[in-house]
Amino acid sequence: MIESSLKQLSAALAARQVSAVELAGEFLQRARQHNGELNAFITLDEQKTLAEAHDADVRRADGTAGPLTGIPVAHKDIFCQEGWLTTCGSKMLGNFVSPYSAHVIEQCRAAGLVTLGRTNMDEFAMGSSNENSFFGPVKNPWDKQAVPGGSSGGSAVAVAARLAPIATGTDTGGSIRQPAAFCGVTGIKPTYGVVSRFGMIAYASSLDQGGPFGKSAEDCALLLNVMAGFDTRDATSLQREREDYTRDLERPLAGLRVGLPREYFADGLASDVAAAIDAAIAEYKKLGAQIVEISLPNTRLAIPSYYVIAPAEASSNLSRFDGVRYGHRAADFDGLNGMYEQSRAEGFGWEVKRRILTGTYVLSHGYYDAYYLQAQKIRRIIANDFQAAFRDCDVIAGPVAPTTAWNLAEKADDPVAMYLADIYTLGVNLAGLPGMSVPVGFAANGRPVGLQLIGNYFDEARLLNVAHRFQQATDWHLRAPAL
Amino acid sequence: MKWEVVIGLEVHTQLTTSSKIFSPASTAFGAEPNTQTAVVDIALPGALPVMNKAVVEKAIQFGLAIGARVNRKSVFARKNYFYPDLPKGYQISQFELPIVEGGQIAINVDGVEKVINLTRAHLEEDAGKSLHGDYHGATGIDLNRAGTPLLEIVSEPEMRSAAEAVAYAKALYSLVTWIGICDGNMQEGSFRCDVNVSVRPEGQAEFGTRREIKNLNSFRFIEQAIRSEVQWQIETIEDGGKIQQATVLFDPDTGETRMMRSKEDAHDYRYFPDPDLPPLVIDEDWIERVRDALPELPHAMQQRFEQQYGIPAYDAVTLTASKALAGYYEATVAAGADAKLASNWIMGDISATLNREEKGIEDCPVSAAALAALIARVADKTINNKTAKDVLKKMWDSGDSADTIIERDGLKQETDTGAIEAIVLEVIAANARSVEEYRAGKEKALNSLVGQVMKASRGKADPALALALLKQKLD
Repeated sequence: MIESSLKQLSAALAARQVSAVELAGEFLQRARQHNGELNAFITLDEQKTLAEAHDADVRRADGTAGPLTGIPVAHKDIFCQEGWLTTCGSKMLGNFVSPYSAHVIEQCRAAGLVTLGRTNMDEFAMGSSNENSFFGPVKNPWDKQAVPGGSSGGSAVAVAARLAPIATGTDTGGSIRQPAAFCGVTGIKPTYGVVSRFGMIAYASSLDQGGPFGKSAEDCALLLNVMAGFDTRDATSLQREREDYTRDLERPLAGLRVGLPREYFADGLASDVAAAIDAAIAEYKKLGAQIVEISLPNTRLAIPSYYVIAPAEASSNLSRFDGVRYGHRAADFDGLNGMYEQSRAEGFGWEVKRRILTGTYVLSHGYYDAYYLQAQKIRRIIANDFQAAFRDCDVIAGPVAPTTAWNLAEKADDPVAMYLADIYTLGVNLAGLPGMSVPVGFAANGRPVGLQLIGNYFDEARLLNVAHRFQQATDWHLRAPAL
Repeated sequence: MKWEVVIGLEVHTQLTTSSKIFSPASTAFGAEPNTQTAVVDIALPGALPVMNKAVVEKAIQFGLAIGARVNRKSVFARKNYFYPDLPKGYQISQFELPIVEGGQIAINVDGVEKVINLTRAHLEEDAGKSLHGDYHGATGIDLNRAGTPLLEIVSEPEMRSAAEAVAYAKALYSLVTWIGICDGNMQEGSFRCDVNVSVRPEGQAEFGTRREIKNLNSFRFIEQAIRSEVQWQIETIEDGGKIQQATVLFDPDTGETRMMRSKEDAHDYRYFPDPDLPPLVIDEDWIERVRDALPELPHAMQQRFEQQYGIPAYDAVTLTASKALAGYYEATVAAGADAKLASNWIMGDISATLNREEKGIEDCPVSAAALAALIARVADKTINNKTAKDVLKKMWDSGDSADTIIERDGLKQETDTGAIEAIVLEVIAANARSVEEYRAGKEKALNSLVGQVMKASRGKADPALALALLKQKLD
């Protein structure tokens, strides 16, 4: 069962070849067995999971089930879930049991998906290696010396290691695409506003977007069908007709114009990553796509722009964690300011503190124009670059990251080196576009390589189609690590 | 040296919506602590603000009522600072692009009309409350008020005395309650004023350094606080000191202002546009719909009263102090009362009695129709003015009609010339001294004789007739 697609699992559940309780039990057992080593889950709660699975079986029996009812899903620990510990990878929320559920969680529950557990992540989604979790680093199942990527590292690993068939994640600067690439799974970040942020703990509100991980584009499409949808409780949620993201999966690619941004293939791209990407491009040619060279001239500006805007928003978003109403409060403190200082000093890790400080600085009186406003201008220029590019192509393709997964601790003390590794993913968030990662092979070190596909606004179905046709022709997405 | 006072006001008006500005929780006052709080108000992780349209509508109403520009696009920003009753660690407010800009309010001090220009009015959320009661040495936090909608109304520094500042505050108060965007309950904090005060030598163009008096919730305190602050500033400067920019609090017990924080302690609020809220866009249609639904405003109503009822400007201003009072007046006239007599009665005995009993016109026990019936009895000379005052008192206490009381107590005015003539002759006979004085040219003595006639008739004689008869007999 662990290698099955969602369609196969759905058919097996419908045919009563397996019950939801049995399915959950099998994945739970694997998760428990390997979590000590991989640390993909922060919380596993067998009782709760099996209760949900039991409900799914009841729905299967009484005819109220949907196609995904009874299928287990692992949730990134950033989505508030009623009754579940919701830590966001932080000591600050180490004791926070959410009294309410995020829109994404509600929709998953309504569809009958069974919560398998809560996955590990970089603290407050800040990081590209999953080493910033208060609950310890996550290991890459392809090579346990390697990082899994971040910030949704736990979700990527859960799917890669077949501890869960699908998982939810969030992507603020690449946090779905990069771990998907590092772990050899498929993931998509939708257009900003497609998935409600209600109940999704904010890192950088104007960039955060939820999305699915799966073994295949088809599985991602099915989970995105559940996750997406207008929500009145998020003012940035977009009111649109419901879409079936699987509708175009089989569409032929003949005539598809694939744009390769010159800047994504310039200096800094590792040769073994380039080789895997080139091979994937060659495959697309075989599938009838037409390759065009395009330019995203301000790609390099995405890094400083992002690392001003995201920390600015974060510094404000994280102010609510003050030890007053919930979360960590220091045991010893002196006065009100002492309580704030001590609680936050103890509750936040270094990367979070670094970004709060950066963000506070760039919003300060006298610096706002030079940093924050300037970064917003660059953001608009970057968005315009993408629009210009889409005049010449239908989708954009390139690497997700300049290298494959690096070693644990390799960049842990060099935040700037870590930030630079986000160069190909940040632009998509700044522009609010959909982007995905598709496994396209392995580097010489045996670590996976991901191809990034970027679409215009609301072109999720197109991206999933482009990824799916590739996966019909190749088997990279079917490779699983030996545990 | 002569000093000129410069005053500007920032008024926080609580808008009367049933739910909060960014959450579905109730805004009702006085509930058990923390029972009116949605996830947004507690600032749980992942909670997001959503704009309440009813709040926007009230701000549009205000903008139209003061002839201001209602911005088609305005922006919510975050004002960042830490305080336990500010659950998100920032207040959502409008900074660079407020919903309302410009506009004017007319005030009247000692019969002199002056127009005060407004800078802006912007929407924001209120904070919660810190409760320093019995919490085992700790401070309690009540978040019921957090997220209550506020419209902060900022004037230009155009007031030049405490009296003008109070007149402005009162005019603003009257307007926001008139159009129904604020319940005006000052005790509950629905209308709170921050007053910026500075002084400068008369004739000097540039402003002096200002100090801001925070959170005044009564007109009396505004007046006291400004007077005390002005005196302090002038004394400080005359003693060779300098005014430092500061925020101060007014202590009603001592009648003095005291420093809360200096400019050096001022927060850097790190304002930036709130990424959770798209810009607030208001289309022309919406504005027109609000404009159509707007009630007649005090100033327009004053002008109409002067024209339609032929009453003096002073009466028109007084009668339009509140919508309810104006309504009462119009109802009285509609029930047949003479327009000027109705105005006199309402501004006189009715208002005085209401004030004494600390009641509003809404609670007046004498209805407009009942008052009109009383006025009719004065007009048709059934009773005289003085008797009418007594009748009103009885109407007030018993709820009976004027006619019932007049009939029951036999108060009908004596208009029979023969009957009054008899009394007049008696009075002349019994008051030889006054008669003599009058004949000696002392006109005042006649008043005393009229009084005697009224007394002898137990107030029922028509005083005009009594006067005429007295003159006829004595001249």
